[in-house]
Amino acid sequence: MSLQPPVTLVSPPQDIDACFSDIHPPLTARQAHLESARCLYCYDAPCIKACPSDINIPSFIQQIHSDNLQGAAQTIYSSNILGGSCARVCPTEILCEQACVRNKEAECAPVLIGLLQRYATDHAEFTGHPFDREPESGKRVAVVGAGPAGLSCAHRLAMKGHQVEIFEASEKAGGLNEYGIARYKMTDDFAACEVEFVMGIGGITLHTGQALGRDLSLAELQSKFDAVFLAIGLQRTRQLGLENELATGVQNAVDYIRVLRQAADLNGLNIPQRAVVIGAGNTAVDIACQLRRLGCEEVTLAYRRGTESMSATDHEQQIARDHQVRIKTWCRPEVITLDDHGSVAAIHLRRTEMQGDALVDLPHCDILPCDAIFKAVGQTLDMPDDEQLELLRLDAGKLAVDTKFHTGLDRVFAGGDCTAVGEDLTVEAVQQGKLAAESIHQLLTTQA
Amino acid sequence: MANLFTRFAGIESPNPFWLASAPPTDKAYNVERAFEAGWGGVVWKTLGEDPAAVNVSSRYSAIYDATGQVTGFNNIELITDRSLEINLREIEAVKKNWPDRALVVSLMVPCEEESWKTIVKLVEQTGADGLELNFGCPHGMPERGMGAAVGQVPEFVEMVTRWCKTYSRLPVIVKLTPNITDIRFSARAAHAGGADAVSLINTINSITGIDLDQMVARPIVDGKSTHGGYCGPAVKPIALNMVSEIARDPQTQGLPISGIGGISTWRDVAEFIALGAGSVQVCTAAMVHGFRIVTEMQDGLSRWMDSKGYQTLEDFRGLAVPNTTDWKYLNMNYKIVASIDQESCIGCGRCYISCEDTSHQAISLTSKADGTNQFDIIEAECVGCNLCQITCPVNDCITMVRRDTEKPYMNWLNDPRNPHGEAR
Repeated sequence: MSLQPPVTLVSPPQDIDACFSDIHPPLTARQAHLESARCLYCYDAPCIKACPSDINIPSFIQQIHSDNLQGAAQTIYSSNILGGSCARVCPTEILCEQACVRNKEAECAPVLIGLLQRYATDHAEFTGHPFDREPESGKRVAVVGAGPAGLSCAHRLAMKGHQVEIFEASEKAGGLNEYGIARYKMTDDFAACEVEFVMGIGGITLHTGQALGRDLSLAELQSKFDAVFLAIGLQRTRQLGLENELATGVQNAVDYIRVLRQAADLNGLNIPQRAVVIGAGNTAVDIACQLRRLGCEEVTLAYRRGTESMSATDHEQQIARDHQVRIKTWCRPEVITLDDHGSVAAIHLRRTEMQGDALVDLPHCDILPCDAIFKAVGQTLDMPDDEQLELLRLDAGKLAVDTKFHTGLDRVFAGGDCTAVGEDLTVEAVQQGKLAAESIHQLLTTQA
Repeated sequence: MANLFTRFAGIESPNPFWLASAPPTDKAYNVERAFEAGWGGVVWKTLGEDPAAVNVSSRYSAIYDATGQVTGFNNIELITDRSLEINLREIEAVKKNWPDRALVVSLMVPCEEESWKTIVKLVEQTGADGLELNFGCPHGMPERGMGAAVGQVPEFVEMVTRWCKTYSRLPVIVKLTPNITDIRFSARAAHAGGADAVSLINTINSITGIDLDQMVARPIVDGKSTHGGYCGPAVKPIALNMVSEIARDPQTQGLPISGIGGISTWRDVAEFIALGAGSVQVCTAAMVHGFRIVTEMQDGLSRWMDSKGYQTLEDFRGLAVPNTTDWKYLNMNYKIVASIDQESCIGCGRCYISCEDTSHQAISLTSKADGTNQFDIIEAECVGCNLCQITCPVNDCITMVRRDTEKPYMNWLNDPRNPHGEAR
C-alpha cells in the first residue's frame, strides 16, 4: 500500500494536538445525571429498535441515573462488546437518537444516548473482565480480521468457551477503529485499549501481520479449525478512472487518515494548502475536517449530486460546514492537471444536473487550483488471492451470506463490511460478529 | 392588582407570606433581610429558657428529584442557640423598624405554668404581634419533654394554651405536630384552650437516607445520626390534608389556620388558602432559594387572583373546603375514561405498560408498518383511574373524558352494592 503523503506547502497550526481533541467532549458526572433523567424509560423502546446491536438503552440509562455505572456498562457490553467505540463513532443521529421519542416533544431534542453510553463505558470499573467464560468446549475457531466484526465474534465465541485465534493483516488489531476513524472522533489510544479490554476475557490469541492469501490460506484454516469467520473488511479503494490519478498529490483519503491516526507527532505531517476531496460519505467529511484542523487553508468537498443524496448524514455535513469546508455539489471530477514537476495543479469539475432519472453533464466546467486531491469515493472488497475464496458466492461485489452468516462453504462464516448484509457501520459489524458467533456456537455444539 | 393584605388572628401583615420559625428567622440580621425582600411576616425562631440550646455540627439532609432539585428537607437543629436576652432585644428592635410587618414569636419552655408565664410576659414587652407555641419540634426537644412531646398529648396542648392565654393579651397560635394519628384531636384541644389560631404542619419524623458506605443515616454526626424533621415540597400533600381536616371539622370551624408545609410557589399558597388557611408560612423554599423567592410568589398570586377576579384573599379562602368530603359522599355514578390524542402521542409506551402491568389492561398496543407503536384506550376496560395520564410525559396528550351514565348522583350510602348502606 502506498502511503505517500502530499508535499508540504503550509505549516500546521501551533498547538496541533489541541486541534484533535474530542469533537464531542464527554459528559461530566453532573451532566450525565441530568441527561439520564431525561430518558422516559419507554416501553418497547424505539431507540432499542433503532440500535443495530440491540442495546437495552433505557435500561443502561436508568442504571446510570441510579449511580450503577458498572451495571450500565455491563448492559451495554452484553449486547455490544465494542460499546465504547460505538459510543464515539455511531451516527446516533440516524440511529437511536433519531428514534428517541423526545424528538417529538416540543423540546425537539433527543436524549444524548451516545454520550451517555460513552459515560458509562468510560467510567465503569470492573475487577477483571465483566464476563466469565463458559467451560472450555475443546473447539477452536479462526477469525480473519481484527476489526470490530472480528473482535466481536471472537469475544462472543470465547465467552461460549471456545478457543479463538485471530489473524490480522495489519500490525495492530482494531481495524477501522485503529486506522480509519477521524482522529477527533476517537482520541488517544482508545482503539488499542478497547482491543485489550475485549481480549481480556481470555481464550483469544491474536496473530498480527497475517494476511489471508499471503500468509494463510482458507483451506489451511478450515483444516486446522472447527470453524472460520471472515471479517476482512473492504480493503480496496475505488478509483476515479482519470488520467494523472497516480500523480504526486493525488491519494486515497483512507491512506492519509491511516497516516494521520498513526502519527505520533502531527507536526511531522505534510499538509496541503488547497485540497479537493472527491466523495460524499463520512470518510470524505472526516478527511476534509481533519485537513482543516491540520491547517489546510482551503478544503473543497466535491460531489456529483446534491446534499440530500450524500451518504454523510446531515449531522456530518454540518460538522464539515462548521470546519469551513466548502461543499460543492452537482459537479464531477473530469481532468486532473499537473505542474511542471508532475504534481497536481488543479482539478476540472464538470457541472452536472438531473434530467429525468439521469445525471447529465452541463457545458460549464470549474477549474479549481489545488495541490492535493483526496479520493473518498468508497471502498470495495479486495478478495485475497486464495483458491477456496474463489468458491465463495458474491452479492453486489461483497461476500454473500445467509441469515446465519454462513457463506455456503463448509464451516466458513463471514460478517462485517465485507458482507452484503446491512450498512457499513461499526455497530453493524459488531452485531454481525456477535450473531455469527452465536451461529458458529450453535454449529459447534450441535455437531456430535 | 389584587390586594394581598392579611389579617390573621388579629395580626396584620401586607401579604400572607410569613417565614416559619426556623433557621431563616433566627436573628435580626436574617429577619431584616427577609422584610427587605418583601416577606409579610416572620415567626421568630423558637425561644426557650436560658441556658440556650446547643446545636451539633451537620444538621441538614435532603432528598432530590431526578433533576437534582430539593424535594424533601430534613433537619436535626434544636431551638435557638442564642440567649433569651439577645433574642428579645433584637425582636424589639426589628419590630420598631418594621411596624407594618407581622412579627410572631415562637416559644418552647418546660411544661410548667411558671415557665410559660414568665416567657410570655417577656415577649409581650418586646412589642411582638403574637405568640406561636412550638408543640411540634420532633427531634431533640421531645427527649426533654418539650415540643412534640407536648403536641402529641391533647390534654397538654389545651393546658399550655390556656396558661398562655391567661398570662398574655397577645394572640396565641398553636403550632401542631403531624406526628400523630388524627390532627383534629390536637386542633380541638388548642381550640378548647382558647387558641386564637393553629399553624401546621410542623416537621415530620424522618430519615432521608442512609450512607451505604458508612452505614449511617444522614445527616451524619461523627458516625452517628438521629431522626430529624421532614419538610419541603414532599410534605405538602400531608400538610394540605391536615389543614383540610381541621377546616372541615365542625368542632374547630372558623379557627384561623396558618398553613405550613412545602410551600414553594404562588400556586402552593393559593392551594392552602383555598383549603381555608388565612396565612402561610414558608421555610424550605427560602432556605434553598433565598428570601428573594417571595417576589415570584407575590407576583404569581396577584396575577392569578386578578385573572379569577378575586380582589382579596377572603374572596377565595376556603372555597375548596366544601368540595373536600368523605369518600362515602362521592358520586358512584360519575364515570370518566382516558382518551389519547394520537397527534401529540410520542409513542413512549409508558401508559401502556403501566396499565397492562399494574392496572386494568385498558390500553392496546398495535405495531404499525413503520415500526412504531400505536396505543388506544379500550374504553370498556377503562375504570378512569388516571394512571395513564399520570405516566404520560406529554401535556394534554392523555385526557380524562366524562361519559354520561345517565344516572343521577348516588353515593355509597345509597348504593345497593353497599352491604351496610342506608338503602338497605
